[in-house]
Amino acid sequence: MNAGFNARGFYTLFAKEVRRFLKVTVQTVLTPMVTALLYLLVFGQALEAHVEVYAGVSYSAFLVPGLMMMSIIQNTFANSSSSIIQSKMTGNLVFVLLAPISSLEFFAAFVLAAVVRGLLVALAVYAVAILFVDLPLAHPWAIAVFAVIGSATLGALGVIAGIWADKYDQLAGFQNFFILPLSFLSGVFYSIHALPGVWQQISHFNPFFYLIDGFRWGFFGQGDASVALSLSVSLGFLFLLTGLGLYLLLKGYKIRR
Amino acid sequence: MTSAISIQQVHKRFASLQALKGISMEVPQGSFFGLLGPNGAGKSTLISIMAGLARADAGAIRVMGHDVVSAWRQSRHALGVVPQELVYDPFFSVREVLRLQSGYFGRGRENDAWIEELLETLSLSDKADANLQDLSGGMKRRVLIAQALVHRPEVVVLDEPTAGVDVELRQSLWRFARRLHREGHTILLTTHYLEEAESLCDEIAILNHGELVTRDSKQNLLARYPWRTLHISVDRSTFQLPEALVSLLTSADDNCLTFRLHREQDTIGEVLAALQSAGLTVVDLSTEEVGLEEVFLRLTGQSGEGA
Repeated sequence: MNAGFNARGFYTLFAKEVRRFLKVTVQTVLTPMVTALLYLLVFGQALEAHVEVYAGVSYSAFLVPGLMMMSIIQNTFANSSSSIIQSKMTGNLVFVLLAPISSLEFFAAFVLAAVVRGLLVALAVYAVAILFVDLPLAHPWAIAVFAVIGSATLGALGVIAGIWADKYDQLAGFQNFFILPLSFLSGVFYSIHALPGVWQQISHFNPFFYLIDGFRWGFFGQGDASVALSLSVSLGFLFLLTGLGLYLLLKGYKIRR
Repeated sequence: MTSAISIQQVHKRFASLQALKGISMEVPQGSFFGLLGPNGAGKSTLISIMAGLARADAGAIRVMGHDVVSAWRQSRHALGVVPQELVYDPFFSVREVLRLQSGYFGRGRENDAWIEELLETLSLSDKADANLQDLSGGMKRRVLIAQALVHRPEVVVLDEPTAGVDVELRQSLWRFARRLHREGHTILLTTHYLEEAESLCDEIAILNHGELVTRDSKQNLLARYPWRTLHISVDRSTFQLPEALVSLLTSADDNCLTFRLHREQDTIGEVLAALQSAGLTVVDLSTEEVGLEEVFLRLTGQSGEGA
């Protein structure tokens, strides 16, 4: 009896989540853009003359895709996680829970809204970066695919963290002790080939590494891992988190008593 | 006719607390139904299960014939819940939250006319574009009611709607609830104000410690306790009470006497006559009918005299 898809319900929740972050664009789009630009200016200037990661690619150019994906990772996670925990803390999540909106519709709305923010932030970083750096676009399809997969993956992780966390402090812990270190240690600022052997091996267990490497391959046509492997691991991680997120929602974990 | 709400053997446990112990009852369509009980009785848990905010460990609830688990979309369409807490989304205006809520229920711009009508009816029109966080508590309460009605549900649950609101708003909410009832909605009201339930409801259920203590019409409940209280002041404080009145006397304080009279067996005239024959002059007299409050206190064991 509950088959079908409440398309308008899904779209309304999705549109609400997009409007929510658009109401505070200084915080949700402009700030990440400025942060990425500062990284580019500081690290690019400091290391430009000393580091050449790929033949014929300047360090600043190498840095830009990494900064774009790092911005995607951090902002998409923040988008869904902060919205859900805020709704839980203020109690207004009840309006969605009372409505005929399924777990799938709920999950898809939050994840897709996070994807929209991720793409907007990435585009903003790109638009500013190309004022300073010549950036090739070797495989635009890969850039788009990895940007969407990265946004959706971290949007899904944000849904899970938002459901799990009981207070902002726990969410901050998740962000600072999990998301931030994994994104910094995933090859944003360097090629993992520059790392000692054991750290290279460890990096291969970091799913963010594959998101960044595949995304960077889209710009330069070269990366640390094969694009097929990056795509497979990234999709696998997305499916895993989607499964976990939907499972928690279906069980009503921490949101339906 | 299908019950508006049908509750069958509902059990719910939270850790070591058995919140609901096999509740079963029917809420008839078109009734103004009062769900009463002391704090912790299980009222909110029952409403949460009804609305899909909680899941029963056992048993079933149907809203307008739709099971809240197997036919949850239909049951949620049939139910509008006004939450107890003043919750709101600080990002949006009144009109925006009503359009959002309407959209969650699959309704588009064709529902805008109804939204405008709700804004008008609940005196929210001039605040329609104000952000929720800038509204007073009373205004926020009205918005919650509008949100619950935006999808035109057949059954409306008012969970403590007048808790903490001023007298004027309470009266206006009562009028609105009566209007909804007149228009054919089934109303389920939980309240701590028993005079509110007595004034509004035609059917009453009382929960206590997760069990259904009673469920009856208001008239039958009140008739179960056919007592009234008679207060009399006499002209002196030292006297011999007539033998016939001793069993009726519940308290005597100086020259003030309180009697408990059975509506059908005892008459005020007999009491007055007995006092007069003892040489006493009545200087003042008042009576109190048993209200829902006393019934409630007796049934929930909170009365000094016990149930």
